[in-house]
Amino acid sequence: MSEASVPAVHHGPPTSFIRKHVFSVDHKVIGKQYYALALVAVVTGMVLSWIMRIHLVWPTAPIPGLGWLSKAGAPGGVVTPEYYLSLMTMHGTLMVFFVLTNAPFAAFGNYFLPIQIGAEDMAFPRFNMMSFWITFIAFCILIAAFFVPDGPPLAGWTAYAPLSAIGKDAGPGEGLGQTLWALSIFVFCIASLLGALNFIATTLDLRTKGMTLARMPIVSWAWFITSCIALLAFAVLLPACLLLVLDRVAGTSFFIPSGLNVSDHLQPHQGGSPLLWQHLFWFFGHPEVYIAILPAIGIVSHILINSMRKPMLSHKTIIYCMMGIGFLSYMVWGHHMFLSGMNPFSALVFSFPTLIITIPATIMTLIWLGSLYGSNLRINAASLFCLGFISMFVSGGVSGFFLAQPSIDIYLHATYFVVGHFHMVMGVAAIFGIFAGTYFWFPKMTGRMMNETLGRWHFWLTFIGTYCIFMPFHYLGLAGNVRRYSAFTDDYLVPLLPVHRFITYAALFTGAAQLIFIFNLLYSHAKGAIAPANPWEATSLEWSTPSSPPPFDNFGGKHPVVYHDPYQYGVKSSTGDYLMQTSPERAGETP
Amino acid sequence: MGGKIFAVIVILIALASAVPIITHTFLGASVTPPEDISTHGFEIDKQLDETMVEAGLAFLAAQLVLGFFVWQFGGRKDAPLKNFPGGAKYLILAALLLVGAEAIALGAVGSKAWAKVYFQPASADALPIQVQAGQFAFYFRYAGPDGKFGAIHPDKIDEGNSNFFGLDPENDVAARDDIQSGEFVIPVNKEIHLMMHAKDVGHSFYVRELRLQQDFVPGLDLSLHFTATKVGKYEILCTQLCGLGHYNMRAYLNVMTQDDFNNWLKAQSN
Amino acid sequence: MATTLPPPGIAPPVDAEQDLRPHDGNGGGFRGPVPESGELRSVSEPSGEPTRTGIWVGLAAIAMAFAALTSALYVREGAATDWQPIALPPILWFNTLALIASSVALERARHRVAAFMRGQENSRSGATLWLNATMLLGLVFVVGQYLAWLKLRSQGLYLPTNPNSSFFYVFTGVHVVHVLGGLGGLTRVMVKFRSSTRPLRRSTMDATSYYWHFMGMLWLYLLFILWLKL
Repeated sequence: MSEASVPAVHHGPPTSFIRKHVFSVDHKVIGKQYYALALVAVVTGMVLSWIMRIHLVWPTAPIPGLGWLSKAGAPGGVVTPEYYLSLMTMHGTLMVFFVLTNAPFAAFGNYFLPIQIGAEDMAFPRFNMMSFWITFIAFCILIAAFFVPDGPPLAGWTAYAPLSAIGKDAGPGEGLGQTLWALSIFVFCIASLLGALNFIATTLDLRTKGMTLARMPIVSWAWFITSCIALLAFAVLLPACLLLVLDRVAGTSFFIPSGLNVSDHLQPHQGGSPLLWQHLFWFFGHPEVYIAILPAIGIVSHILINSMRKPMLSHKTIIYCMMGIGFLSYMVWGHHMFLSGMNPFSALVFSFPTLIITIPATIMTLIWLGSLYGSNLRINAASLFCLGFISMFVSGGVSGFFLAQPSIDIYLHATYFVVGHFHMVMGVAAIFGIFAGTYFWFPKMTGRMMNETLGRWHFWLTFIGTYCIFMPFHYLGLAGNVRRYSAFTDDYLVPLLPVHRFITYAALFTGAAQLIFIFNLLYSHAKGAIAPANPWEATSLEWSTPSSPPPFDNFGGKHPVVYHDPYQYGVKSSTGDYLMQTSPERAGETP
Repeated sequence: MGGKIFAVIVILIALASAVPIITHTFLGASVTPPEDISTHGFEIDKQLDETMVEAGLAFLAAQLVLGFFVWQFGGRKDAPLKNFPGGAKYLILAALLLVGAEAIALGAVGSKAWAKVYFQPASADALPIQVQAGQFAFYFRYAGPDGKFGAIHPDKIDEGNSNFFGLDPENDVAARDDIQSGEFVIPVNKEIHLMMHAKDVGHSFYVRELRLQQDFVPGLDLSLHFTATKVGKYEILCTQLCGLGHYNMRAYLNVMTQDDFNNWLKAQSN
Repeated sequence: MATTLPPPGIAPPVDAEQDLRPHDGNGGGFRGPVPESGELRSVSEPSGEPTRTGIWVGLAAIAMAFAALTSALYVREGAATDWQPIALPPILWFNTLALIASSVALERARHRVAAFMRGQENSRSGATLWLNATMLLGLVFVVGQYLAWLKLRSQGLYLPTNPNSSFFYVFTGVHVVHVLGGLGGLTRVMVKFRSSTRPLRRSTMDATSYYWHFMGMLWLYLLFILWLKL
């Protein structure tokens, strides 16, 4: 028997509770664990943002319970300026790393990539288990920063040096908390690299008979492209964090120049380069934001095709656009650094590919819109979030167009315009992708349906609410409202406070609306209506598993054979207007 | 039903979003860049306006088409499926040509404004002024009658005794007549060469009315040059996260007539 | 769900066993006779072996990380005037020889392992000898690197002393950590080779070898950079 025919993954079903639910090598369990971790992270991050918004408009208001968490940071529950910045740092770090990299990519990808390509599990199940638990350790290290005496770090999720590299002399929040931050991200990078490796090997090597790359669903392509990006991006952040830790604890001078007088403490460092940190960080940081959005693009495309009951105008184009975005994402990092002091000529060099990235993004948007034409679009919670995604992707993308131009960036850099831009694309659009995926795949993951009415209310309130929060950010930016301020005391900022109050009300309202989702998730898990095997009449392999949730090896001892691409919608078949990928039936004429 | 609701809501949101852009106000507050008092800013403003029109039209068009299509096709059951006329071909072409042309045009035009600020060095007769950013204040230094700046000694910085720059007037002749100020005072219509020095961590210099922003980088000698065209007081803000006092780190740019400036400078020397 | 006999009115069914034409517009092709849906595969999987793919992907990530460190080196050198060249401890050359020799030994081991698996050799001892040699030479390298650090320390060059020494320790340290990982992989190979219950797979042997050789090549590159820049 040749080497190649030995199955790559072949583990028996687990028996003990620990093996089934805790230290499991089953990609489905690991996917749910990532989702649960992302859920905890997003709730924490959201609460942090409420505290921030409340403090901005009611600076002297005590936040109940906060005084217990940090006597120094919030005496009597009133947030100090340094604690505001710490909350902001933790908010960004939690959201970007532990929510936006975890949920659309690690959670749904782990759960569904193997099934969609007809495999039993990921290529390296034990690495997969390690990936999750290493991510969990990274999460614990980060949360620990809340409880150290100097408090959590306050240098932002971007942790610019020298502020982040000097240590305690740089002020409150820059003690052990910042070191823990760097260690946490270091550990997170290792986990992400292992995960990316798994995704790539699985996609390339574990596809079942008949599942050519061209027949993979768009979302599987998205996970694959994302993992390629992640592999190279996290590999750069990892040594960067190492160098940062060394500057902080070992006295090296990678990022700290000589001659610094910080609060009357002369720093002994020599000749380091703060710009070096920025280059290393953003070389990772820009691909990272595409890691956050590409899976959502894949999920939304996947669900929309099913909801429209018709293929996209061109799936290949969407896939090529995703590849193009992935490739270009490595050439644009300097657009975060136009005003950083790097050679001004390089600003123009970075601006050009940044503007060019608009092209594949526009192509995809036009294809989505063009595909809606003439479709039989089913409206439900999942498809509504997909439509909302398109709206948000347009809004967020359009504001990026401003920031891509260095001359405009002179005025808009470091204002709320930037904050509005990235919240719309990452903080809303990508999250909508996660919501859509949840409503769509919940029946397959749990065997029950989520409540459709609650889902729709969740959508309406969130859609309107997030526009109310983040659209005004752009107006503030145009007025020159500087970001990362813990209070608005400047002459020109005081008149803008009514806008901030409106935003805070919208934020609290939208946050409350998420309770509907959480309730729906938990209630439906226990008491939701039993789901049919293929409630959405979908074609891809996850809907052909013998049960919901799928058995431990996904297909019940059988390996599926694939006869079609996943876009057989609008065809005459014995099952209706679609053909599953596993169906040997041939399509009749398209009606 | 849900499709029609979505269509109405997304179109309303799109139109509502455009209103503050056109009226420049939101909830009673002015949400537009303030008056430009620089010689280079008009190009930035033009760029901003052009981008706003193009991006705004693209935004509105996309949201309206989205709403319209969802209105038409949302909730349709068993109707014959149709493909968008021309399929993907024309859409791809449109994206390539329209966006590509726009991107290249804006990039090319925008680079002029950028070049004006950054590629040209300060002219030889610009007034040199130094600014030092430190946690959490800006201090400005004028060279005094000798036209030379004394050297900075970080170990000699003593804020309590107003030695903000760490000057050593005893041993450094050039430092003896240097003038320190917490306010950035400049004459109107005179080019200023602003030399930027960071004392501790990263900061940034931002004056909205000057359409000027530049990071301070510890260890790097960076500079800006500009000319202010209107007398008045304008806020200088720190826009690079520098610690707990970041929100409070500001100074005032005070643009005076040349005569007033000369008088001010003389008064500082005494 | 999928049925085997479509109802009348649809296009006449084509025998799935013989119809190898793609059923979709995307040019999807079958690579062999199609078994009936539901049967376990009994034909060899045409896709690659995951372990082999995995190791190349992993090596790409490691290469990228060292590329980042290299660019950090270049930028740091350009940033300031405190660059103070250090003399590379001579033991580094000996360590290099040890590492290269270990790769040679590993290749010999690989051939002997393959011969044993094929049945051409009856005893494991030949392969084991060469595997032991690889491990030993690898350990010599690690110890030698530590001795190089001691030499630097005796010259007063510690991690934070100057940027050159910092990069020396970081580059060699990160490399040695990965070499230790490689030694762990080699240990696993040796354990599996001896085991009869979970025998060594060729892909595992190959992957471990690729990783080990990459560590050698990476070291040559690092040595060059250290010599050139530090």
